Amino acid sequence: MRLKYPASIKIVRIPCTGKVDILHILRAFEMGADGVYAVGCMEGDCHYDSGNFWARKRVEQARKILDTIGIGGERVQMYNLSAGEGPLFAEYAVEMHEKILKLGPNPLKLAKKKAA
Amino acid sequence: MIVADKKPIEEIIGEIKDYTTILILGCNECVTVCEAGGKKEVGILASALRMYFLNQGKDVTIDERTLERQCDHEYLEEIRDVADQYDAIVSLACGVGVQFTAEKYHAVPVIPGVNTCFLGATETRGLWTERCQACGECILARTGGICPVSRCAKRILNGPCGGASNGKCEINKELDCAWQLIIDRLKALGRLDDYENISPIKDWSTDRAGGPRRVVREDVQL
Ligand code: SF4
Ligand code: SF4
Repeated sequence: MRLKYPASIKIVRIPCTGKVDILHILRAFEMGADGVYAVGCMEGDCHYDSGNFWARKRVEQARKILDTIGIGGERVQMYNLSAGEGPLFAEYAVEMHEKILKLGPNPLKLAKKKAA
Repeated sequence: MIVADKKPIEEIIGEIKDYTTILILGCNECVTVCEAGGKKEVGILASALRMYFLNQGKDVTIDERTLERQCDHEYLEEIRDVADQYDAIVSLACGVGVQFTAEKYHAVPVIPGVNTCFLGATETRGLWTERCQACGECILARTGGICPVSRCAKRILNGPCGGASNGKCEINKELDCAWQLIIDRLKALGRLDDYENISPIKDWSTDRAGGPRRVVREDVQL
């Protein structure tokens, strides 16, 4: 399966989405990411029982914080799929890519340019 | 432990918006355990604030530091060299830590980053409940190990009151009646006779009624 997904997406591999912390998401934005999404296993199928539920919670918290500080919570998203769903993985990547294109770049990039 | 809750970021922003170099100061003890003011929360708040100010076009430096405790001189001394470099310190410790930091570093405004709530326990992750109000004269030996001062809404010492129904408190149907818990526990311990003993009037001068309190222990003083 040689599926294509947008080149704009950088994959950060972690053992389980339960490892994703709000801090990782926030730091990604601080470092200039335009959007962040976590792809976890299907709910109920977590090898560690609840990793993907933790991820969802943290994604939600990061959203709230990003909304509060004016970066936009909609730039963060949680997806679930099973390991065998390569085509869906590519589909979500395209969906996220398009969503971010619509939202435009991370406002901090512009702010940094202005400050420089 | 001392249980605290996070303050909304908006509120913290409102307090620090006029400063340009700010230290976010966490505490490794109670507030770490209740996930309100430890190293991780310092990182999250600092990151959010940096992004907020940058987005506002303001050049603000936000540094992070977490001390072992903020209620002890020796740990607070660790920021002696740097404290003066900041326009403000946001302390994520409990109210004790905030005040002790402020007392030590007079020239720097210290702003609380959490709401200090009570002395309590972690029932499950994300749920903390009150267990003690530090009344200064513990009566748990007589009440089956359940505290009517902190867990009975009316703080009564010979309960339950007439408002208890089906083991729940009248202020909230979700809340266990502390006196029901005490009776159940005394029963389980085979000490229901204790319940028949009327509690004497409690000396509340050791509680807040006596004004700010001190513990003096000459045996451990130098
Ligand atoms: S400053 Fe407060 S939170 Fe930190 S250790 Fe002391 S009592 Fe606990
Ligand atoms: S009786 Fe006083 S010291 Fe003992 S647990 Fe209750 S409030 Fe705390």
